[in-house]
Amino acid sequence: MQNLGINVLFEGTTLQRLFEGLMMTAGIAFISIIIGSFLGIGMGLLRTSKSGIVQFICRFYLEVFRIIPILVWLFIVYFGVTNALDIHLDGEIVAVIVFSLWGAAEMGDIVRGALESLPKHQIESGKAIGLSFWGLYRYVLIPQAVRRMLPGAINLSTRMVKTTSLVVMIGVIDVIKVGQQIIERSVIKVPTASFWVYGLIFILYFIICYPLSKLSKKLEAKWEN
Amino acid sequence: MNKENHQVLLEIKDLHKEYDTRTVLDGIHLRVHKGEVIVVLGPSGCGKSTLLRCLNGLESIQGGDIQFDGESLIGPNVDWQKTRQKIGMVFQNYELFPHMTVIENILLGPIKVQKREKKEVMDQATQLLEKVGLSDRKDSYPRQLSGGQKQRIAIVRALCMNPEIMLFDEVTAALDPEMVREVLDVILGLAKQGMTMMIVTHEMGFAQAVADRILFIDEGKVCEMSEPKEFFTNPKTERAQQFLNIFQF
Amino acid sequence: MDINWQFIISTLPLYQKAAWITIKLGFWGTLLSLIIGLVCSIILYFRIKILKELVGIYVELSRNTPLLIQLFFLYFGLTKIGITMSETTCAIIGLAFLGGSYMSEAFRSGIEAVSKTQIESGLSIGLSQMQLIRYVILPQAFAVTMPSLAANCIFLFKETSIVGAIAIAELMHVTQDVIGMYYQTFESLFMLVVAYLIIILPLSFLLTWLERKVRYAEFGN
Repeated sequence: MQNLGINVLFEGTTLQRLFEGLMMTAGIAFISIIIGSFLGIGMGLLRTSKSGIVQFICRFYLEVFRIIPILVWLFIVYFGVTNALDIHLDGEIVAVIVFSLWGAAEMGDIVRGALESLPKHQIESGKAIGLSFWGLYRYVLIPQAVRRMLPGAINLSTRMVKTTSLVVMIGVIDVIKVGQQIIERSVIKVPTASFWVYGLIFILYFIICYPLSKLSKKLEAKWEN
Repeated sequence: MNKENHQVLLEIKDLHKEYDTRTVLDGIHLRVHKGEVIVVLGPSGCGKSTLLRCLNGLESIQGGDIQFDGESLIGPNVDWQKTRQKIGMVFQNYELFPHMTVIENILLGPIKVQKREKKEVMDQATQLLEKVGLSDRKDSYPRQLSGGQKQRIAIVRALCMNPEIMLFDEVTAALDPEMVREVLDVILGLAKQGMTMMIVTHEMGFAQAVADRILFIDEGKVCEMSEPKEFFTNPKTERAQQFLNIFQF
Repeated sequence: MDINWQFIISTLPLYQKAAWITIKLGFWGTLLSLIIGLVCSIILYFRIKILKELVGIYVELSRNTPLLIQLFFLYFGLTKIGITMSETTCAIIGLAFLGGSYMSEAFRSGIEAVSKTQIESGLSIGLSQMQLIRYVILPQAFAVTMPSLAANCIFLFKETSIVGAIAIAELMHVTQDVIGMYYQTFESLFMLVVAYLIIILPLSFLLTWLERKVRYAEFGN
């Protein structure tokens, strides 16, 4: 069994540590998705505003995230903002801040798209059968808007999960960092350690993202007609 | 004009076609002689368009035989690329290639498929365009043409391959009424020149004028096959009578 | 805040060099992605046995894993089982592996958007399958899918920021180095952002212009 590098994965607490790292990654993704979604819904409502200035600011905010890579944003907040304000922020906090703000921008765009695609006559027919303002939202508009934005929102979540891999670059002990530590520790004994460890992390990400993207595609196909 | 003693160009024997479990064509027999114009009539969904599409290999069939120029068009060994050059087809929605100009549309087949000389094809195309009255639209894109113009170009595109038979699949169904005539006139002109044709249409007056024989299909079967005069004045079957009544107010 | 212009000027050549590397990586990554995507989408169109399944697996693997881990696997993982390559080769392969699936999806949806009757119309004048692809399907699919291709192109240029992780001196990597060495955090990040703006903004305008141009050439609207 000496030659099988794959055993490096099953030695001691390796799997457990990798799992802990994965939880850190998943935690950052999860919290950011939640915060980003809430901010994004507000953002989306703002973007339906008739005011040109509000629209411009929202659009600018979105483009800023679309043009500058997320890794650059992580650096800006991790090195730049902390430096300018002379405070210390842990990598985890920085990651949540950046991903939430980015999520808000993209989510806002999805919400806006969903709201704008709601047919006007739905509102009128809702009023015609005597629904109150809240009733109109509760029974007619929100269920329809949710249908239209859910596939996009799930897709965004997949992207955010994938992007959390970058937190290793700002010193977070995530699944990749743990993997690197394991490789370093065992590389002399098991030269192929990096193949197995990175291979496993690759599969772990796939296991999280694949069902999400399948779900998104399925919902999209189901609700299209 | 009797063309029944001309050479048989196309022979359909006991053709069966099914979609899943639904039978669309149920034992069609037909002989098309050289120079003959067959107009296929029937209520919508009767299988007449499917019949044309089978002849061009756009549909698979479940039984029977089609012979073109004495060669069978059934089975995996048919060289459709070669056969389709001899069978021109015009579609309901023109289906010109939107990203090519009129002349590029026309030249594509003759040059890329038949590998003919550009100059020779160009001369033929120019002549044909003149005949249909569109020689000034050579460099237009399909989007710049009216429906009737597009359909005339589609006919020229098929003709430029020098086909032995032309199939017209409801070619005026998508047109504005005032453009129907210009397209039908072109087809009528072809008939006069002796082009062999099979035409699916809902224009009864045109059918009567152009056809040598009328093929009336209902529920995938040939109900009646007769000369136009007889079919329109004295239909033999009740189904054909009912069908013709729909067109009278 | 005082900006140390002296510092900015002195590190300018460094950033300039790094920016060229970023552009080079983005260019090759995009080009290879386009080729891979095109080949994959044609395999899917012809439903070629086995290859079709392989393309399916590749697309899912590539789209559902992060570039960083793809790169680490390529660069550190494969070297250990005997496959070695330079950082740059590895980075370009990584970008192409990621981008190929995005481009494939874009081409596929473009090809699906070409109507069945257009294909029949092509067949009816005797075009072979390859001629059909070349003269009828791809020109139309390309025009339809141009916005997605453009978005993927921008996406790939941005993703080059990640390849610094395998020791390539592109913009991110250089910035990290400069911050580590001189502690001029603000200036370094400022240069970084400006460098990306200089690369991405013109690219974005160019692609938008190209989109209109292609659409007009193909369909005139």
